[in-house]
Amino acid sequence: MEARVTDPLNNTIDDPTRPAELILGGQDFTSITATVSDIVLERKTPKAWYIAFTFTAGLTAVLFAMIGYLIVTGVGVWGLNNPVGWGWAIVNFVFWVGIGHAGTLISAILFLLRQKWRTSINRFAEAMTIFAVVCAGIFPGIHVGRVWLVHWLFPIPNYQAMWPNFRSPLLWDVFAVGTYATVSLLFWYTGMVPDLATLRDRARGKFRQLIYGFFALGWRGSHRHWHRYEKAYLLLAGLATPLVLSVHSVVSFDFATSQLPGWHTTIFPPYFVAGAVFSGFAMVGTLLIPARQWFGLKHIITLHHLENMNKIILATGSMVGFAYATEFFIAWYGGNPNESFAFVNRAFGPYAWAYWIMVSCNVLSPQIFWIKKIRTNVFVMWIIYIFVNIGMWFERFVITVTSLSRDFLPSSWAYYKPTPVDILTFLGSFGLFFTLVLLFIRYLPMVAMAEVKTVMPIADAHSGERRSVGDYHGDIPRDAGDTGGAK
Amino acid sequence: MSTPGNLYGIMVEFDSASALVEAVRKTRDQGFKRWDVHTPFPIHGMDEAMGIRGTQLPFIVLACALTGLGLAVLMQWWMNAIDYPFIISGKPLFGIPANVPIMFELTVLLSAFGCFFGMWGLNGMPKLYHPLFKSAQFRRATQDRFFIVIEADDPQFEAGKTRDFLDSLGGLSIEEISDDEPGDAGQSTED
Repeated sequence: MEARVTDPLNNTIDDPTRPAELILGGQDFTSITATVSDIVLERKTPKAWYIAFTFTAGLTAVLFAMIGYLIVTGVGVWGLNNPVGWGWAIVNFVFWVGIGHAGTLISAILFLLRQKWRTSINRFAEAMTIFAVVCAGIFPGIHVGRVWLVHWLFPIPNYQAMWPNFRSPLLWDVFAVGTYATVSLLFWYTGMVPDLATLRDRARGKFRQLIYGFFALGWRGSHRHWHRYEKAYLLLAGLATPLVLSVHSVVSFDFATSQLPGWHTTIFPPYFVAGAVFSGFAMVGTLLIPARQWFGLKHIITLHHLENMNKIILATGSMVGFAYATEFFIAWYGGNPNESFAFVNRAFGPYAWAYWIMVSCNVLSPQIFWIKKIRTNVFVMWIIYIFVNIGMWFERFVITVTSLSRDFLPSSWAYYKPTPVDILTFLGSFGLFFTLVLLFIRYLPMVAMAEVKTVMPIADAHSGERRSVGDYHGDIPRDAGDTGGAK
Repeated sequence: MSTPGNLYGIMVEFDSASALVEAVRKTRDQGFKRWDVHTPFPIHGMDEAMGIRGTQLPFIVLACALTGLGLAVLMQWWMNAIDYPFIISGKPLFGIPANVPIMFELTVLLSAFGCFFGMWGLNGMPKLYHPLFKSAQFRRATQDRFFIVIEADDPQFEAGKTRDFLDSLGGLSIEEISDDEPGDAGQSTED
């Protein structure tokens, strides 16, 4: 405690004898409830919110205008050409699905691993997951060409008496992404019900009481309910954990089960999952840093939380870099001339610019997180997050386009360029994403209040032997650490 | 506020988790059957303190998981091998490896449905009206206060005696909850 006198909101001091405090500033249940719910219930909507909302809603309108134009005209409005039949639509799909993965990792995997720091950020990350999956789902829906036949993706009886081909990874994708979206939504909503009840009980207008009351399902904090609720939450986390690993694996099968050099590789499933988590954490950070700043949540979403996220970004970014290197090694070691050509072409061919943007953003930029001063600096980390977002979009672009544009037959090679419709559709998907995020931070509890309360020291019912938060390392006497600890 | 004509129960309020757990142990030892504890967050050790047994939920989820798995196998076999046989690059019409991803996804999907709907079903929700919602003080059960409620339906309940017992627990306040006129969810009779 004596060590940190400089900044009361800095809990990133490393002290192996004492876990970092997760909620700062002497908070109790009353103040946590007020801080989080007043953002929704009491505070006047800031002007900046209206300006941002108008802008993002405008972009969303652009998205739907582009989709409308695509539907009435045909996929020719995109930059697709003969070897490159998969362009930005699939790149954007993989990009958005990947972003979703961080939310599920934070909410489910860190829950199973008993990482208590997740409670401050899980609601936000889960919301981001759902919005990202919404954006992702649009692209496969519209890229099929004849959008009015999109129900053929599902095993629904149709007039041709034909069923989908269940041995196709594209159909696995339908099931994987559909299940993922559904389970994420159930998980998010289940987690939110107790907090919606809090809003219902604090809301002053009749309309708000009715709306929040309706969605709170009549929750009244009964322990007989909590008992089943916690079991259900654990089971949902246990289901979501293998599910999230399966989703990006299945997405990677879309590529890996084909026979195109650069795609046909067994490293894809783990490499895609690592990349998804990497990009998702960067997007969570991109949104979380302004949100905690503007809404006064720095004592709940602390620097320690951000530092932990940066460590995960560093780890997954290094995994992604290792996967890039492994691909090159196998291309050389495998001795297949088509395969080695595909990789040399990636790094030095017509798309070399995209490849090196990807490498510098994904592999090089997060490496500066090895330095503690940098991974606890909010401004620098936000810039790195932006780099990672850019780099991970380019990764999907490089994978999709370089392999297609130069396949087996040189006479059919062609360079792929997006059209303005491609670009506007992609920008429009950001509009949709940020519109949903803005609605979320305005009308729903941004922090999981009930869960945050459980990790506060005063939540401990065994007050006799009071422990600090996250102290699950057994009974080490406090003083022993101070004399023998690493200094 | 008390109108004992149609008494739902008596509610006592606490301001800390540790005071609550002690009081809950005493209440359990009295042998009440129809009583409950209301807290803003799940409290560790409360199951034991209240004497709650495990829930059936995992079995519901298991049943749903097996249904999902079976459904996925049957669907893929019947649709691709029987009703409309596809021959794709010489692969067998029905083979487990190609069917694994959808088997997995449907298992998870149906389990999640079982988990979600099973939990709310066992909890008797949605239930938008409850007598407790009439109490203004009870609104803090979802915020920062802890409550024990003993229902008037409990076989051991005797208005005066039970109230004396709850008084002896040393809570902050005590309130009798009546159940005369149903209101809307989340509404109190006041303000």
